Amino acid sequence: MSQLEVKNLYKIFGPSQKKALEMSQNGKTKDEILKETGNTVGVNNASFSVEEGETFVVMGLSGSGKSTLIRNLNRLQDPTSGEVHVDGKNIVDMNAEELRELRRKRMGMVFQNFGLFPHRSIRRNVDYGLEIQGVPEQERIERAYETLKLVGLEGYEESKPSELSGGMQQRVGLARALVLDPDILLMDEAFSALDPLIKRDMQDELLALQEKVNKTIVFITHDLDEALKLGDRIAVMYEGEIVQIGTPEEILTAPANDYVRNFVENVDRSKVLKASNIMSKPLAVVESREGPKAAVRRMRNEEISSIFVVDKSRKLQGIVSADDALELAEKGEKSLKNAIKKDVYHTTSPDTLIVDLLPMASEAKYPIAVVDSENKLLGVIVRVSVLSGISRKGAVSE
Amino acid sequence: MKVMNVVFDAIDSIPIPSLPLGDIFEGIIDFMVEYIGFIFDGISASLNGMVNGLEAVFMFLPGLIIMFVFAGLAWYIGGRVLGIMSFIGLLLIYSLGLWPSAMATLALVLVASLIALVIGIPIGILAAKRDTADRMIRPVLDFMQTMPAFVYLIPAITLFQRGIPAGAIATIIFSMPPVVRMTNLGIRQVPSDVIEAAQSLGSTGQQLLFKVQLPIALKTIFAGINQTIMLALSMVVIASMIGAGGLGSDVRRALAQVDISNGFEAGLAVVILAMIIDRITQGLGDKSSQV
Repeated sequence: MSQLEVKNLYKIFGPSQKKALEMSQNGKTKDEILKETGNTVGVNNASFSVEEGETFVVMGLSGSGKSTLIRNLNRLQDPTSGEVHVDGKNIVDMNAEELRELRRKRMGMVFQNFGLFPHRSIRRNVDYGLEIQGVPEQERIERAYETLKLVGLEGYEESKPSELSGGMQQRVGLARALVLDPDILLMDEAFSALDPLIKRDMQDELLALQEKVNKTIVFITHDLDEALKLGDRIAVMYEGEIVQIGTPEEILTAPANDYVRNFVENVDRSKVLKASNIMSKPLAVVESREGPKAAVRRMRNEEISSIFVVDKSRKLQGIVSADDALELAEKGEKSLKNAIKKDVYHTTSPDTLIVDLLPMASEAKYPIAVVDSENKLLGVIVRVSVLSGISRKGAVSE
Repeated sequence: MKVMNVVFDAIDSIPIPSLPLGDIFEGIIDFMVEYIGFIFDGISASLNGMVNGLEAVFMFLPGLIIMFVFAGLAWYIGGRVLGIMSFIGLLLIYSLGLWPSAMATLALVLVASLIALVIGIPIGILAAKRDTADRMIRPVLDFMQTMPAFVYLIPAITLFQRGIPAGAIATIIFSMPPVVRMTNLGIRQVPSDVIEAAQSLGSTGQQLLFKVQLPIALKTIFAGINQTIMLALSMVVIASMIGAGGLGSDVRRALAQVDISNGFEAGLAVVILAMIIDRITQGLGDKSSQV
């Protein structure tokens, strides 16, 4: 069972929501509905599920309905129609008290502009959620201090929010949600108000923190780079609809429509795509027991100037250049052994990001070998495919 | 031209009935005096009791003690300069021989503003929480603020006779709007993400109001409280016309006798009281926002 499951969620703003809902379900567009009824369709038939421990990113431009969507997940706004299940329980049916309990124990939220309480100290911001549940003060203070330490704000407990920088304020926002130890964390453009350097730090820290606390996170953003960096899966929203759900690689390599394609066109692919995305299958290899003649013939067929040598179980042994193989063949030697060179080429794992391959690719005389943990050859990367992998129109192999 | 005259004559001949709105209002007041007069008697007695009681306390204590108490309060809230200036101001009032009048005025202002606040702040909260309430309350506030202050005196006399209660009621009505408006404004100004944050943590409506909205709105609410007290002070001068006593009567007497010197002295006493009360309540607002 998924931790969070959203089924056919609609959120419509305006005077005659029933009619607008019907029109929307009958496939009328947002503009048509607005013109005819004066209603705005915020979220149009959203369905998705989020697994425990997953970071699910909802990405879209402003006005795409993503902030409305996340507010329907803890009912800061009530859905017009549809279901939101948390651990199999539909929260749309909950009464005020059950809903409060859900918010206090199961779901935390972090806001774009932090939403800190300006009149309370940092510690009292963090322990607010405990205070309203009637937790004794001593325990509140202990838990608040502990959580503030977790987010790296030790020593600021008694400061006021206004005395802190933006990045630090958002750590307080995060701590305030985390102190209640929720299973699900909703983050609404949590880092969008921060300047770029701080933002990157916070992203890294969220990833590190997630290793420790392992929450289910729904993260809203308009920043594709952020989405690709943080998301296990990404949902792309456009005009209130989810147009694609997929892993970062899927979104980049197989955009569902022109909107997503335009969106991902300018992204820095080198930071998302991995060696496995751009390597080509090692069709041209030679086994170490084959002789120089076989190697020469294969290189000639494939029009390449060097070839990787593997053993029977496809473990990488080394590389042979065309010149060396030819020399051996002319001498009439039966074994390749004397021509095999090691340590002249780079090897890499399939999960290495392209950005990290760039330095190797630029200096390498030979292709880069992609090997798994047992040194089996999985693929090869020639310099040109590294370059095409980072260029936006480049052909990308699956 | 001729055509025009004919047309205008025709238009003029359309009868517009004169609406006896004033008579209707008078009827309502008469009705209230006739049938629910006992309620007003009760209100009247309690207002009299409160104002006279407070005035008696002020007059029972030696003037110097009261001066020290106020100066001390001013010092604590607004600093040394305010403390010293307050003391000098009160001393001046005493030496002008206006001390009893000033204490009567102070008692009336304090009681009237306290009641205005006790009624006004909850109304302001209601207006902030419910848009419908806000839409209904707003024109009433406009009415209360723009109706010439003297007009309040007439029904006040009818319902309460001349004297302190009538003056207190007129003062309460006249001075209430600012605190209602500012409470409403202060709560509405709390940023929506702060509200959402409090809700997302599972606050009840009361927790949201008392732990988040009111504390954040406090500075604005204090500005409203300050305005209400200032308006109350300005109204008591007018209320003296219906026998509310205090510094207002001194001003009114001076006006009737064209007595420049007494008029100036009484007016100055009002100004001094106003400044002290204003600085103290403003200081309270600043202090509250630093909590």
